[in-house]
Formats: sequence, structure tokens, C-alpha cells
Amino acid sequence: MTKNIMIVGVGGQGSLLASKLLGHLLLSEGYDVKVSEVHGMSQRGGSVVTYVRFGDKVYSPIIDKGEADFIVSFEELEAARYVEYLKEGGRIVTNTQQIDPMPVIIGAAPYPEGLIGKMQALGIRVDAMDCLSLAEKAGSAKAVNIVLMGRLSLYFDIPAEKWQKAIAECVPAKFEEMNQKAFLLGRGEA
Amino acid sequence: MKQLMLGNQAFARGLYEAGCAVASSYPGTPSTEVTEEAAKYDEIYCEWAPNEKVALEVAFGASLAGRRSFCGMKHVGLNVAADPLFTCSYTGVNAGMVICVADDAGMHSSQNEQDSRHYAAAAKVPMLEPSDSEEAYLFARKAYELSEEFDTPVIMKMCTRIAHSQSIVETGERTEEKRLPYEKNIAKYVMMPGNAIRRHPIVEERTRKLTAYAEDCAFNRVEMGGTKLGIITSSTCYQYVKEAFGEEASILKLGMAYPLPEKLILDFAAKVDKLAVVEELDPIIEDHCRKLGLTVIGKDVFPLEGEYSQNMVAERLGKEPPSYKSLGEALPGRPPVMCAGCPHRGLFYTLSKNHCTVLGDIGCYTLGAVSPLNAIELTLCMGASVSSIHGFNKALGEESEGKTVAVIGDSTFMHSGMTGLANIAYNQSASTVIILDNSITGMTGHQQNPTTGYNIKGDPAGKIDLESLCRAMGFQRVTVVDPYDLEACDRVLKEEMAAKEPSVIISRRPCALLKYVKHQPPLRVDKEKCVGCKSCMKIGCPAISIKDGKAAIDNTLCVGCGVCRQLCRPDALQPGEVRK
Repeated sequence: MTKNIMIVGVGGQGSLLASKLLGHLLLSEGYDVKVSEVHGMSQRGGSVVTYVRFGDKVYSPIIDKGEADFIVSFEELEAARYVEYLKEGGRIVTNTQQIDPMPVIIGAAPYPEGLIGKMQALGIRVDAMDCLSLAEKAGSAKAVNIVLMGRLSLYFDIPAEKWQKAIAECVPAKFEEMNQKAFLLGRGEA
Repeated sequence: MKQLMLGNQAFARGLYEAGCAVASSYPGTPSTEVTEEAAKYDEIYCEWAPNEKVALEVAFGASLAGRRSFCGMKHVGLNVAADPLFTCSYTGVNAGMVICVADDAGMHSSQNEQDSRHYAAAAKVPMLEPSDSEEAYLFARKAYELSEEFDTPVIMKMCTRIAHSQSIVETGERTEEKRLPYEKNIAKYVMMPGNAIRRHPIVEERTRKLTAYAEDCAFNRVEMGGTKLGIITSSTCYQYVKEAFGEEASILKLGMAYPLPEKLILDFAAKVDKLAVVEELDPIIEDHCRKLGLTVIGKDVFPLEGEYSQNMVAERLGKEPPSYKSLGEALPGRPPVMCAGCPHRGLFYTLSKNHCTVLGDIGCYTLGAVSPLNAIELTLCMGASVSSIHGFNKALGEESEGKTVAVIGDSTFMHSGMTGLANIAYNQSASTVIILDNSITGMTGHQQNPTTGYNIKGDPAGKIDLESLCRAMGFQRVTVVDPYDLEACDRVLKEEMAAKEPSVIISRRPCALLKYVKHQPPLRVDKEKCVGCKSCMKIGCPAISIKDGKAAIDNTLCVGCGVCRQLCRPDALQPGEVRK
């Protein structure tokens, strides 16, 4: 049975490292894995989506509406934007950080309020946390991605040590300690 | 060794293992990483050429000399390279030659979604179409054998979802490169009419042989499942079909997009009750089936535009897609924007303020067309800004010459802006061309180009001086301006538009995302001084917003470029403190 993880956020927030880490980890667990990314124009501060799929045999590289077991979101509005991709009974793991998109910046639209509550009102399980503060606590605002991976790891049967090993193999050595801390903070273990 | 590889990376691995020796390309999403990855192998000479036509001719030259070669581009790049493509179909090759063309259905980063398969049929060149990274790797290896066996260039068609998806690849070793001798052969390689007339029948005969080859080659395969429905498909659509139907339907997967087999398709059709074709963009396989007299479900239920998906395939062929929950409210969009500190911003603000008619080009600066700057009124294709301003001004004369400009990036200018500039210099219109020199090819992810002084590996290389080049063409008025300096931009723009002769403005500052660019600390807002006038918002910087009626700076985004400061009359935006 193929499992689907969608990673969404704002271009430049570091979702590519998160998908690299997941791909690396799941491959080492013996799964067939597909990861689909977006490059080019869409990366310039726009809404970005990365798909990670794993199982015995994975065909499509993308995740469709109603298929995601997890939506991991770097930003609150982006979590809401992709809610239709969540499978019935799926879970959203999101950073509560709010980044104003250009229509909000120029005053053409307000930043929608209470999105997490609205999703929960639909019966969707939302695990929301301030990942930016935790990342800064770990030593860098850029570690939001690894904080989120820490949180996501709580929902997997894969032991934490394997995630930590994958982090060691995917990040530059000089940033490893900071990222390991971010991972534990995401798990609520530091 | 088994590893997760991007489709483009796997393609490059295939090139390497096949003994490719020379690669020349022009970057273009989603094709860029094939060449970037190939450049990591020291055995392959790799370069960024000024444009796709040059790149294809470089690759052809290497093939002619007897070494396996490669050339990569995006779909619209093949329009530029079409000239040599059509005729090297006639000459054939010496050593194998592989061309990558990457389509962008859904237009993630493109100005149209043309279907490159038409080119294979039009140029009568075989085309392979992998459906994942493993096939990109294997097909790239085999493409060289096909090229040499049939004496033809071979096109490999990628698409966004194959190029930019990672899947598992089991790689092998590089085969020792077999260099072929170069032999003078005027009848084969000099395409003047007398020779080309003799080459054309050879092309037609080759296509007949390739069609026979397509009937039972390893690129095409039948996967029999349920026989109520048979689906002919290729590329990423194959994956969507497998996802939606698994073993329920029988599948004819075509890995060779041109030429298409006949008997294989007819035999497959005879084994199933109902036949469908699933292909993104144009109905090429479908039309082929109809020519064979088959009744097929195709574009009567599937769209001609955009990307497909597993749910779409399931739904259009009568299956129920999964249900989902919906928020039921419209959310504000998040379109891509110019980055904080982008050097283009100050220049576009100046153009917007002066109410210029701006003819644009292809690159990050196309984002100058979106709110709040709304400063670009045309984006067509590479180089079109420079050529079209001349036509625009010839049509309207002084009415437009004093308020119209063309904007083009440094890489795009080298690609195909130079020839348009030569036309302005030659046929004389009082046009103002602005070269946005950010010292890199930005949109595709920072590739070097002939104006940067570095090659694809980042080593020092030749460097074309834009000022000298423009002056050599006969431009008397060539001015360099710093786009962070709004006052200077405004003055220079007004002067050059008013000039009664052709002029070039070079707006020069490196891309803010380049690693060597040193940033200033984020600005800070003096809340006492800020009157909430929103003047700083006019430049559309993602780092500035209004919170509680006052300007607010996002410290994670602001690079301290200071363009917004120049718009702040109460002087509320202050330089940030240097972090120790």
C-alpha cells in the first residue's frame, strides 16, 4: 500500500531538504520511493509543493486530491490551500508561521483568520506548532524543515535513530548538531 | 548501486555510462539539470552555449568528429534549434548524438505548452520517451546505439514530472568510449541541393526501417491485464494509468514516441474490448490509431491542455476518484514574486513611475508584470523584446519612441537579443534597450553565461563586455546604472528615452541570491516616524508588510538593499545594526 506525504510551503523555505531527508530515509528502509519537486519560476516566493510517495511499488510521482496520508506544511495558509489533497483520516502537521503573500502585502486581500480551527471543525486532525521559534532555539531559523521532520517522525514506526542517521547523511557536517537539536525539539524531546 | 535519482540526473548518468564525450546546452526548466549533472563527470566536456541552435551545432560538430555528443534544452529551445535539427536528420551522424528536449505541460515555468513530439515527426528523427528515472538512464544509454545503428540524431523527450521526480535507479559502469575516425564525405555532409536531394530518400528509408524496429523493440511493451479496457500510453501518463488501473486494464506502453508502430498497436487493439489513449497535450498517438482505422477514447474525454493525474485518468475513464474535505472558502493566492533585494525591482519601479510602455523578455524579470509594479506589457519568447521594440517604434514613430523601452536579461541578450540589437543599429529606430545585467542566468537556477566570465564548472572563462559589444554595433549612447539607485535610474531613463537615436542602458547589479553577494543587515522601522503612508509598499517587496498601520520588515527576508528607504519621506526606514 502506497503512503503519501505532501510537503507544502513558500518557495525558499527549505522543503527540498525535507524531501531529500525523507527520500533517503525511506530508501534505506527498503521501500520503493518517488519524490516530485518543483523548480524554476514557481520557486520564487510562490506556493511550492513536493510529493513523497513510498510503498512496495510506486507508480505516479504525484499525489492527487484525497490521497495524502500527511500534509507537512511550512506555513499556515499553505496548509489550508492543499487541504483537499488530504485523505479521509489523514493528518496535517503544520508550522503556525504566517507569511503574507503578495495579495495580502498589497492590501488586495486579508490574511485569512482561524484557518487551523476551520480545518479542525471539518474533523481534520491538525498538529500545529510554532516551528520557527523551535528552529531559532536550535540555532537557525532555517531549521524549520527539520523541526517539522521531527514532529512527523512521531507518526512513523521508524525509530528516531534512523531519522537521526539520515539527517547526518543529508546535511553538511557543520550544521549537523544544530539540525539534530531541531529534530529533537520537533519531537518534543529537547 | 541503487539510489534515488532525479530524472535529469539519471539521464546524465546514462550519458556518462554510454561514453558521451561532448555536451553543449542552453539552460531551460525542466531540462537544466541533465547538463549540470553531466558536468560533474570529468570524462564529459560540458558547456553552456549562448543558445540552443549553437548548442545543437556544437554537439553535431563533435559527432561529426567521431565522438558521442549531447545537447539539452527545454521545449521552446527546440524551436531555436529547429534549423540544424531538420538538416542533421538528412546528414545523419558519425558518432552517436542525443538531444534532450523537456516539455512543460502545466507550464510550471514556461510561456507555452507546445508538444515536442511534433518535431520528431516533422524532422523525421526518432524520439524516445522515458517514464521514470530508471528509464531515463537506460534510454539515454541505448539512444547512442540507436543513433549509430540508424545513422540519425536521437531525441529523448522528458517532461516536468519525469525530469524533476526522483525514483530508484540501479547504475552501472562507463563503457570505454569508442572514438570513430572523421572521414571527409561531401555527399553526406554538404547539404547543397544536389546532395540533399540524394539524402532525402535515405531519410524516408530510415523511417521505414525505424517503424519496423518500433514493432518489437525493447522501448515498447505490452502489459496484459483485464481485457475489457486497453490503454495505449507513454511517459508520465503511463504512471497515472498504472496507479488508476493496476492490473484491471491492459496497457501498451510506448517508450518510442516516433516512429510509432502499426502492427503492435493493431494486435494490442484486437485483444481488448475497448481502446483508450492517454497522452498529455496533443493527440499524436490517438491520431495515429485513427489512421490505422481504430476507434479510440482520447481527447473526446481528456483535455488538450495542462498536466494529467491519476484521479483525472480514473475519472475520465469511468472510475470514482477518492473523496476529500474542502474548506469552501477562497484563499488568497501566492504567486511567485521577485525576491527581496532583487536588483530588477528598482529598475521596474522606475519604469512603472514613468508610465513607460515596457516590452519584456524571458527570465525572472517577467515577474515585473505582476502587481504592484505591473510594468511589463509583452512577453513572447527569448530575444523578442529587442526585436519587437524596433517594430513598435517603426510603426508609431515619435509617438512611442520617447516612452517605450525593451528589457532583457544578460543571458537572454546573449541568447538572441544581440541579433535584434544589430537590427536596431542597422535599420535605426530611436529605441531604448535596457539590459538587466544580474551577472547570471537567474530563473533556471544560476547558470553561467558568456557575460559572467565563468564556465559551467565555475572556472574562469572568456567574458564578453556588454558595453564594448553595444558600442561595436554602433550605439553611441551606452549607459551603466545601478538599479539600487532610484534617482540615477530615473535620470538615465528619462535621458535615454528622450534621445533621438538608439540607446542601451545596462542596469547592473548581481542577483541577490548569488553566494558571493554580501548583504546588509535587515532594515528596521522607526515606529515613531512611520506615518503608515505605504509608499514603501509600491515596490512590491515580499519583506515589507503593514502591521497595525505601520510598516513592518521581515528580518528573515530583508537583505538591506535600501530601495524602499529611498521612497520613505518621513525617513522611518533605518539601516539595521550590523550583527556581530
